Amino acid sequence: MNPIYASRRRKNVVIKFLCLCAAAFGVTWLALILFTLFYNGLTGLSLQVFAQDTPPPGSTEGGLRNAIVGSIIMTVIGVGIGAPLGLFAGTYLAEYGKHDKLTSVIRFINDILLSAPSIIIGLFIYGAIVVPMGGFSAFAGCLALAVIVIPVVVRTTEDMLGLVPNPLREAASALGLPRSLVIRRIAYRAARSGLITGVLLATARVAGETAPLLFTALSNQFFSLNLTKTMANLPVTINNFVQSPYAYWKELAWSGALLITLTVLALNIGARILGAERTSK
Amino acid sequence: MAVESDVMEAAGPYDRARALSAFKLGDITFYWITRACAISVLLILGGIIISLIVGAWPAMREYGAAFLWTQRWAPSADPPVLGALGPIYGTLITSVIAMMIAIPVGLGIAVFLTEICPLWLRRPIGLAVELLAGIPSIIYGMWGFFVLGPFLANTFQPFMISIFDGVPVLGAIFAGPPSYLSLFNASLILAIMVLPFITSISVDVFKTVPPVLKEAAYGVGCTTWEVVRNVVIPYTRVGVIGGIMLALGRALGETMAVTFIIGNSFKIQSSIFAPGTTISAAIASEFAESDGLHQSGLILLGLLLFVLTFFVLAAARLMLMRLEKKAGN
Repeated sequence: MNPIYASRRRKNVVIKFLCLCAAAFGVTWLALILFTLFYNGLTGLSLQVFAQDTPPPGSTEGGLRNAIVGSIIMTVIGVGIGAPLGLFAGTYLAEYGKHDKLTSVIRFINDILLSAPSIIIGLFIYGAIVVPMGGFSAFAGCLALAVIVIPVVVRTTEDMLGLVPNPLREAASALGLPRSLVIRRIAYRAARSGLITGVLLATARVAGETAPLLFTALSNQFFSLNLTKTMANLPVTINNFVQSPYAYWKELAWSGALLITLTVLALNIGARILGAERTSK
Repeated sequence: MAVESDVMEAAGPYDRARALSAFKLGDITFYWITRACAISVLLILGGIIISLIVGAWPAMREYGAAFLWTQRWAPSADPPVLGALGPIYGTLITSVIAMMIAIPVGLGIAVFLTEICPLWLRRPIGLAVELLAGIPSIIYGMWGFFVLGPFLANTFQPFMISIFDGVPVLGAIFAGPPSYLSLFNASLILAIMVLPFITSISVDVFKTVPPVLKEAAYGVGCTTWEVVRNVVIPYTRVGVIGGIMLALGRALGETMAVTFIIGNSFKIQSSIFAPGTTISAAIASEFAESDGLHQSGLILLGLLLFVLTFFVLAAARLMLMRLEKKAGN
């Protein structure tokens, strides 16, 4: 065989092999992380984790009840504030201002906010809410999470509404439906699973956010439902427990990490299944 | 569904004018609600910038531009001396090392997924990579702290140190002693974190290559590698670079994954196995217990980080937009 052919083929095989190695490398990390999480998290996972509050230093009696409840409250309120706002903003971008200057500016800024460092959001809420209100509060944490939710929902809403075929809107308009009802009754309904996907992805994104809560909601050793005071939450509790000298705290941190990861993965997979349903229809 | 019943009642045949005005009012209200929400995105950005500048103002006035090249960070000295050189250096060096690892691997996985992988394996591997992107950063940090750090300190670092011992420049870069907390460990965790971003964007832009182009290249006898090298990459170059910049933006601002494992030392050392700090790690570990000028200095660090990531992300978006336009034509 011509030596040039042989060398080209050899090169091809080598590169293909390297690509295979790269893929194996990527998948291995996922496997390793999940494995250590389950290995360390499952041993400590018991009813006690859900039934008792975080233990004081040195104690081996306690769970994560206050942190779990706090995380759920803050995530729900954060998404509750951020998702409608993002939904409406995305609606404007996709339906009303499709071609004007303002839209392209907002889209650009939104894309930047989408990947802006979350610790900056924490600093922003600290300066804008925590300092004027005179102290750390769970409410400030909720707002920080909402600010992270908004760009995610704006982006998916705009994309999903963009997929709704225009003849559908034209048909509704031709029947005399006003613009706002065309959007709410026709476009939203046609894009429903896509919009829910967006909200699920946003929830997954904020469920494990730590940095913006570090100096907004802080944490709390006790059970509290008061939004104007500090509130325990899983990510910050994990953050504090990992760096502690107590073995039991570290064990709890692993259990908490496992809970967060399972939640986030479940939300991600749920969002993907919803998205897949949409495309297969 | 209160709106529906109102509209239905109003839309009776005898009250056409009222129905139409109800529609009009609803229309205008909805329009302005959505518009206000859209504009609030701009307000958030404005709020971030203003609140950072207001918070950073005392430190800016106190230290001026010297803040950028002072290495000493002594918040409890009297008066406090604050310099950003250490965190800036740490941020840049960890991001650069992370990208050096993540770019070839991420592109490799993308090529594997689009050109080499058998069809039935594509979805599971693609899904695994995307799930890797969904794992919260604190999990990476924790895993780095408990698993990766000790592993690197006990095996990889001594190995590299012994190999490069005595070599002029490399010897200083890979100097000991091995440590759980080091710039290199943080870089590796960062690389694993940004890998999925590079891969998923590259896969997306690789899919924009018209199949006819690739088929033509295969048709004249190109190997897979030659098709990738001479057709796919040139066609998608802008998009791939955009994806890489996006990942760089993430790496620069990543907080929790880095904070645990970098050691939080403001001193600049030549070895990448020595502890260091990044802007975000410094803020995360010191902000809650800071006040006065110290806090203002930390906010100034945050402002620097925001400006840095803003430009990187803006460049990334502009490049991706250019590619979208090309794909649209």
